[in-house]
Amino acid sequence: MLTILFDGIAYGMLLFVLASGLAVTLGLMNFVNLAHGSFAMAGGYITVVLVNWLGFPFFASLPLAFAASAVIGFIFERTLYVHVYRKPHLDQVLFTIGLVFMSVAALDYVMGSSQVFVQVPDYLQGQFNFFGVGIGRYRLLIIVICGLLTIALQFILAGTRFGSRLRAAVDDSRVARGLGINVNRIFAFTFAFGSGLAGLGGALGVEILGLDPTFPLKFMIYFLIVVTVGGTSSITGPFLASLLLGISDVAGKYYVPTLGSFVIYTIMIVVLIWRPQGLFSRASSR
Amino acid sequence: MIPPRPTILAATEWLSARARWHPLEFVFWIVAFAAIWLMPERHLILTEIAWLALFALSLDLILGYAGIISLGHAAFFGFGGYIAALLAKYEIVNEPVLALLIAGVGAMALGFVTSFLVLRGSDLTRLMVTLGVALLLRELANRYGWLTGGADGLQGAIIQPLFGTFRFDMFGHTGYAYSVTVLFILFLIARRLVNSPFGLSLMSVKGNPLRSSAIGISVDARLVAIYTIAAGYAGIAGALLAQTTAFASLEMFSFDRSADLLLVLIIGGAGYLYGGMIGAIIFKVMQDYLSALTPQYWPFWIGLVLVVIVLVGRDRITTWTTPFRRLAARLDWRAARRAAAASNEGQKP
Amino acid sequence: MLFKYATGAIAALALGTFAAGGAFAQDTVKIGLVVAMTGQQASTGKQIKAAVDLYMKEHGDTVAGKKIQVILRDSGSVPDNTKRLSQELIVNDKVSVIAGFEITPAALVVAPLATEAKVVQLVMAAGTSIITERSPYIVRTSFTVPQSCVIVADWAAKNNIKKVVTIVSDYAPGFDAEKSFTERFKAAGGNVIEAIRVPLANPDFAPFLQRAADAKPDAIFIFVPSGQGGTFMKQFAERGLDKAGIKLIGPGDVTDDDLLPTMGDAAIGTVTAHFHSADHPSAKNKAYVAAFEKANNFRPNFMSVGGYDGMHLIYEALKKTGGKADGDSLIAAMKGMAWESPRGPISIDPETRDIIQNIYMRKVEKKNGQLYNVEFATFEAVKDPVKAAAKK
Repeated sequence: MLTILFDGIAYGMLLFVLASGLAVTLGLMNFVNLAHGSFAMAGGYITVVLVNWLGFPFFASLPLAFAASAVIGFIFERTLYVHVYRKPHLDQVLFTIGLVFMSVAALDYVMGSSQVFVQVPDYLQGQFNFFGVGIGRYRLLIIVICGLLTIALQFILAGTRFGSRLRAAVDDSRVARGLGINVNRIFAFTFAFGSGLAGLGGALGVEILGLDPTFPLKFMIYFLIVVTVGGTSSITGPFLASLLLGISDVAGKYYVPTLGSFVIYTIMIVVLIWRPQGLFSRASSR
Repeated sequence: MIPPRPTILAATEWLSARARWHPLEFVFWIVAFAAIWLMPERHLILTEIAWLALFALSLDLILGYAGIISLGHAAFFGFGGYIAALLAKYEIVNEPVLALLIAGVGAMALGFVTSFLVLRGSDLTRLMVTLGVALLLRELANRYGWLTGGADGLQGAIIQPLFGTFRFDMFGHTGYAYSVTVLFILFLIARRLVNSPFGLSLMSVKGNPLRSSAIGISVDARLVAIYTIAAGYAGIAGALLAQTTAFASLEMFSFDRSADLLLVLIIGGAGYLYGGMIGAIIFKVMQDYLSALTPQYWPFWIGLVLVVIVLVGRDRITTWTTPFRRLAARLDWRAARRAAAASNEGQKP
Repeated sequence: MLFKYATGAIAALALGTFAAGGAFAQDTVKIGLVVAMTGQQASTGKQIKAAVDLYMKEHGDTVAGKKIQVILRDSGSVPDNTKRLSQELIVNDKVSVIAGFEITPAALVVAPLATEAKVVQLVMAAGTSIITERSPYIVRTSFTVPQSCVIVADWAAKNNIKKVVTIVSDYAPGFDAEKSFTERFKAAGGNVIEAIRVPLANPDFAPFLQRAADAKPDAIFIFVPSGQGGTFMKQFAERGLDKAGIKLIGPGDVTDDDLLPTMGDAAIGTVTAHFHSADHPSAKNKAYVAAFEKANNFRPNFMSVGGYDGMHLIYEALKKTGGKADGDSLIAAMKGMAWESPRGPISIDPETRDIIQNIYMRKVEKKNGQLYNVEFATFEAVKDPVKAAAKK
């Protein structure tokens, strides 16, 4: 019972790291980036290459996956995305779906279409027993890393100078510019950071979710669910939504395996009908 | 000064001018029907284009005319498809046309029930609610495998000849003639609909719901109505697929199906009825060509095309659809002039 | 009235193109290959494509005076795509054989077409038992799921496994696997304490595995389609089930050779029954695996031999008919055909047009630092048990 709860929390945390970057671009920059999963996939494959091919230790590969995905995100933002910010949402959908298709086919070409895994060190494998609760070592690691990340994110957005500049740039970019804030640079930095988070999530997720070139398409729905259910006006919303979805998905499959994914979709619809702006958002943000 | 009289006459004049046929439209449909005779070896892909065009037309009705964005339109497509396939499999209704109508009505019923879910909320909320409905239906169809065949698809349906005479042949000849006729009839109805006062009121709802309700348009009723109609269209599109392939599968409900549909409509341009159809032609032909050329990596090139379309600017690329757009503009202008003339006429003693 | 005229005109046109196509088909035999090259089943499609290419490289592209031309199409694992593409290949390209079919629905949906057009439908992958019954023109060079399942059930019953939890994917081959295993295992005195079905589309096995573990079985019987074995194995290890003494048994799909090298040591000890292993110790197989790995950067799996043997069957049938490529001659020539494949001796059952092949018991072991399915017992000339039982 508690094992299931634990698994659900770990799953939810993983979803959160994967989706939080999307929450940032969608909620703060008001940009529909369906290609978010592609950055996660990039992070995942970078880890696979580093660990399996080049023999890097697993822990060293995590920050590298973050950095590399962030750099890729930065380059894309500067060269491509920047032209699309002002276009209507439908154009953004078309554009980012195009990017997803390209990334899927490109990785298929480079890495093959089979699922790949990363060799995690032995001490992260298996479970240990804690007062009768089976605790997966790797899942525990995910919870710790994601927990720290959440606190850091919340602090950056709410407590730092950068956070307040970002919020200013989003609320009214013209006025922000007038106040001497370099809006372009802030957006680029935020985007890169969001991509980096996705990359980190991808790297952490390889062990649990598996990785193949269709990853961005397979998990796009989950990211969108997290963001819409959580609401896009804060970081805590998507965080709690991720936990809710993770736990209910795992528990639903455990207790009523025949219902499959029913639970997660029903929860989403009910929440959105009940609170169209998302479960945890202050009313009428946008 | 005599105050201008209410120009009811002018308004009807304006409406009928708006609804007048442009020569290019005749060309479009003549080509579509001529393909029955001229391109017999392409009928299979043409059939696919025809039902995709109908499906896109359905999305255009709610997105282009009422501003409801949906990522779950496959729900109605699949629902209609399964109805048609089930009716044929258990030999409940043997006449395909009748089965098609029943599928359409069934999808409309589903559309009516679910329409209340999309009345409120932002674009993103609507996107996800519609998606959720489609995914739920997919799970349901999977769950009730004894009826739907589950993940194996509904096998073993035999579609009886059309009007008891025209067999659905292997070459897809009957299939295409049937699909393009259905598409044309439903297009005519849609055309009438969007050019009617109802269509106008829809567009005003899309433009500004608050003001529309202030001038006495009942916004919710309008949205429910158009959503229901569009659902019926999508159901018929799905039924066409099911009848021309004698098969229905869970894929009909899939997220990819809805997402592709949205791409089709965006490529063609929403809000002028022909957008979905032109988008369907471009998308299918491109996909067919590229996937035959490089079966493994064609998504890359499709993706590249999409990215380029957006970066270059959709308007600039689709300039060759401008005659259609210009047509709309010119009709507006012509109608305005005629309306002005009519009202001047009215003011003379 | 107009409509009748229309169909008349169409028929005339179609006849015209047919006549033109007839002359062209004299010197070329076309084979339509419809498999998933993109999407979730892409790895299966790639294996088959690579094997077909390899066969043609080794044996040339001319047989019985005919040039062989393979036309590849991507189904994307969407059955109605498979149907349309197959139809176009038959109608426009005039293919003599339509081959591929990575998943059961794809194979089933094309069956009526094969019957109507009298074209041989060669199933190179999909493994549900019923497929070959759907058209007299279907022939299969892959496998049927029950073939392996009954063998593994016998083995489990004899090796002191009493309580089993079955986990299968929620679609036709999964049901086939669950049913054939359970029936045979119960008849042999075993007990299936829980039967779990997991959704095909979104394989997160953790909760299902936890449920299976809580039932405390001696072994877990697992069937997942080719390509999902890796995730399953990872999560099996993550639960610590390998260390808890729960055995993992099943048909060989779970220890797919394509993924096995990346699965990690948790897979060691898994006992499966299947028809092909990259480790099969025959000279023919060694040459096959070496050539395949040289041409591609991955290991051939059991799907690839389906493609390889499928090409062999077409070549041999054409030799036998002297180049006649109509459906009736080809299918007649294919019935009863027997040959030595990389997987061992195989033949086509003349009654069911299904494959008869050896099934091997294998255990995952480490050899030269890599994981392999090492064979330790052989069951010769196994027919599809479902059809064999139906005949009695």
